Formats: sequence, C-alpha cells, structure tokens
Amino acid sequence: MPSDDSQSKTYLPAGMPAPAAMHDGLDREFWEAARRHELVVQRCNKCATFQFGPEWICHKCHTLDVGWHRVSGRGRIYSWERVWHPAHPALKSACPYIVVVVELADAGKVRMVGNLLGDPMREVKIDAEVEAVFEDHAEGFTLIQWQLVER
Amino acid sequence: MSEFTIKDKVAIAGLGETTYYKRGAAPVGEFRLALEAIQRAADDAGIPVTAIDGIASYSNDRNDSVRVATALGLPELRFSNMFWGGGGGGGSGAIGNAAAAIVAGFATCVVVYRALAQGQFGRFGQTPAIRTISGAPAYTWPYGMSTPAQWIALRTRRFMHEHRITQDPLAAIAMACYHHAQFNPRAVMYGKPLSRKDYDESRWIVEPFHLYDCCMENDGAAAVILTSAERARDLKQRPAYVMASAQGSDFRQGAAAENGPDYSTSNFKTLAPRLYAMAGIKPGDVDVAQVYENFTGAVMTSLVEHGFCHPDEVMDFCRFENLTWPNGRLPINTSGGNLAECYMHGLELIIEAARQVRGTSTCQVKDAEISIVVSGPMVAPVSDLILRR
Repeated sequence: MPSDDSQSKTYLPAGMPAPAAMHDGLDREFWEAARRHELVVQRCNKCATFQFGPEWICHKCHTLDVGWHRVSGRGRIYSWERVWHPAHPALKSACPYIVVVVELADAGKVRMVGNLLGDPMREVKIDAEVEAVFEDHAEGFTLIQWQLVER
Repeated sequence: MSEFTIKDKVAIAGLGETTYYKRGAAPVGEFRLALEAIQRAADDAGIPVTAIDGIASYSNDRNDSVRVATALGLPELRFSNMFWGGGGGGGSGAIGNAAAAIVAGFATCVVVYRALAQGQFGRFGQTPAIRTISGAPAYTWPYGMSTPAQWIALRTRRFMHEHRITQDPLAAIAMACYHHAQFNPRAVMYGKPLSRKDYDESRWIVEPFHLYDCCMENDGAAAVILTSAERARDLKQRPAYVMASAQGSDFRQGAAAENGPDYSTSNFKTLAPRLYAMAGIKPGDVDVAQVYENFTGAVMTSLVEHGFCHPDEVMDFCRFENLTWPNGRLPINTSGGNLAECYMHGLELIIEAARQVRGTSTCQVKDAEISIVVSGPMVAPVSDLILRR
C-alpha cells in the first residue's frame, strides 16, 4: 500500500525511475519549476495555445516562439485507475495505488498524470476538484501529485 | 471515388502458423519460429517459398527481412517494409502495405509475418528497472503509470463514465473470446472456458481490468502470403480478397501524458470511414469481426468507431449473445483472439479473418462473405482491413 500518512515523504516507494530533463533541454523548465513548487505548462508566445508534453513548435500556429506559463495547480479528475499489479519491482509493496488524469482548470484542456493522495481504496469521482501538491524526492527531483479539494 | 485503391486487386493466398506456446515455452528460438510459419504459409498456398519476393512486418519485429530472405534463399527481394510504430496497431497496415506493393508493381508475392518469443527477449507489461527516465515517459512512469494496461484502463474508464457503461460489456467480450476458443484445438485456452463468475473473481490488474480482460503472453509465429487476385485464383486455397485497408492516427493522438484531445478514442474515427469507402460497403455488411484485444475496453470502443453500435448502445450491443457464434449479430474473435487463442500481436486475427472467408474456421459464420480486422486499438498509429470471399 502506498502511504496515506501526511507526514510521509512520498506516495510511492523509492526505486521508481527518476524523471530527468531531456538532453536537448526541451522540458528543463518544467522540471526546474516543479523543484520551485510551481506548475508550468508550455504556451505559445504568439497565439497563446497551451500544449503538453512540450514541443519545439506550436502545434496550432507553427511558430518556434513557445514559452512556459505558470498555472494555478487546480483541476478536475478526468479519469482514474486503481493499480493492483506491480509493473516494476519497486512497486511490489505499493499496490494498490491510484493514478489520476487531471484536466487543469486554466491551461486550455491540458491534462497531467499523477497519483491521488490519500486512501488508495477510496471511491474516486470523475470531475472531482483537485489541487497540485509538490512531492520532493531526496534524489533531487520533485513530482506533482494531486489531492482532493475539501469543500 | 478515388482511382487510387487496392480494392480487390490482391488476395491472401497462404496462411501459416506455428504451435502457440505459453510465454517462454517455445522449444525453439524466435527466428526459427518465423521461418517455420513462413514455410507453412507457402505450403498452404501451394507455392515454393522461393516465390516470395517481398517482406512486410510491423511492431519492430526482430526477425530481420534480409536475414529471412537470406535464410530462405529467396532469389531476390523487391520489397522490405516495416509499418512504423503502433505495436500491434500495425498488423492490418502491414497487409495494406504488402497489397500496395503488389498493386504498385514492386513485388509479386509478399509475406507478412510476426514472430514472438518473449521469454527469449523480455516481457511486455513490465517497466524496465532503469534509474532515470526522460521525455514523454517521465511525465507518467514516476507515478507508476507506464504500461499499455495502465493507459488503456484510464481511457476505458473515461469512456465508461461518458456513456454510463458498467463492467458487463467488458465481461461479455472476454467471455465471447473464451467461448470461441473452446472450439479451436489450437487455442492456448482450449479446454479452459471462462464463466462470468471466474471473470468477476479473477484478480484486478488495474481497474477496470481483471486478469481476463487482458491479452495473454505467448511464443509462436504467424505468416500470411499475398499475391495478385489473378494469381491467387490459380493457387491451392480459396482466395481471401483484400477489399480495403486503412492506417493512421487521429489529431495529436501522440501527445504525451494522456493529452490526446479525443481522450477515449480507439483512434479509428478517421480510419473507419476511409476503410468502408474504399471497400464500398457499410458496417451492416460485415459478417464477422476480428477486433484486437490488447484489453477488452479497447474492443468496445473499436466496435463503436467501426459503426457497429452507437456509444450509448454499448450496454445493449456488447452482450455475449450478440458477439458469439453461431447466432450472434456480430461474432467477434472467432478463434479465441488475443485473449484466448494466442497473443501473436493480432496476426492470428488476420489469419482467422481469412479463414472465415475461406469457410474453414472452427467457428465458421454461415455464408460469411465480408470479414473485418481491427488492429491496435488505442495506440498510434492503428490500422484495419476488410477481406471478402
């Protein structure tokens, strides 16, 4: 089971592949922003279209002038799953755990993938509001997790 | 109507398969399996293997075309083609590419094959134990989301939510495949029927997929030989004419981190209209369907996108009695499919589609004339194929 204790450091155990910026620098800003506890999404500097994963070119107007834009970290659950079968040796003790696809509130229709913090056996409702939670890892990277917005 | 078409100009003339083994259990290596399947296809067609002058495959098949040509002593190679990307999504596309090569005059006799011995090379559905990851996978792997089962489950869940679909259609698809395997002595699950109770009680892999919603893992090889329609008529078997094939991918379906704009699509919304237009038929004309089950959820969306039912009709249409031989409205995966015959990346589905038009299936649909294959689905690119008697 992953940890749902708010004092614990990470949702999944250590041992999963650590994310690294692409060698050509395309997504360096995304991961550096995460380290600063900021969520950024690529946005075209000409036509303001959002896109993710990042590309060198705007898919809409084809300019090469694309940049990064900070977003609020709010969104809604677009889909979810509860994973029972470990596809990686590090996950043998972690199952079941929840993966969510979150549609961001303020980034066009851009979605992010992460884990839903809290009880891994909970009922999950599509369209529930969530907010980003930054999860620092000792190895020097930060992941973007999600927790339900309490109403 | 475009004058650029492969319609009715090419036929599948030979079918070859090795025994299908459980993963890791093949008694010989993968390349040897490939050669066996190709030889059997040539024997089935009644031609010497040296008549082959073109090779096409998909899914980064490891069994190199030039090595195959060399091993078989083919006098020359005139076509050497790999469908780019999409894993099993390329199966029908490899047939389409082979047909196009024949119509273009590049080659006269093309073999399409797939050989898999996962035990020899490492397993699908597992994340490699590497220390870092960058690029598109970096946005999902660290969260424990990395395998096809996992991203297809997410997209299936969204489709189920949008159209109020329960577990029932998924179970019906699984049970239909297992039902057909009980009539097919070559099927890995022959003798192992699947009840609804077995299905419900089987372990979750990733909700909403139970164990039985997932394709198997097998070793083996399969091959089909294509030649011109005229030549096929002179050979040993009844030809299975290629009416149409389509391949490709919808708008930005390659976007990372689950950002394909049309989220729960199987990726056939642009292909199916082109496929039916080339064939000159409607969905209602199809007698039997082979629909690639990486996972049952993707079969469901593929049936919708090929026009067999509306998304809001899935609960009514995807029932065991509709999907099964002999009396179903649209029998699917009539030799057991990826779930219950074997997981040969969908080439076994193409072979079964050809058998249905030959009249030689173990679950032979009465008077089957038009036989469809859907390859993919929920990957990019995908492909599909229509064969006729």
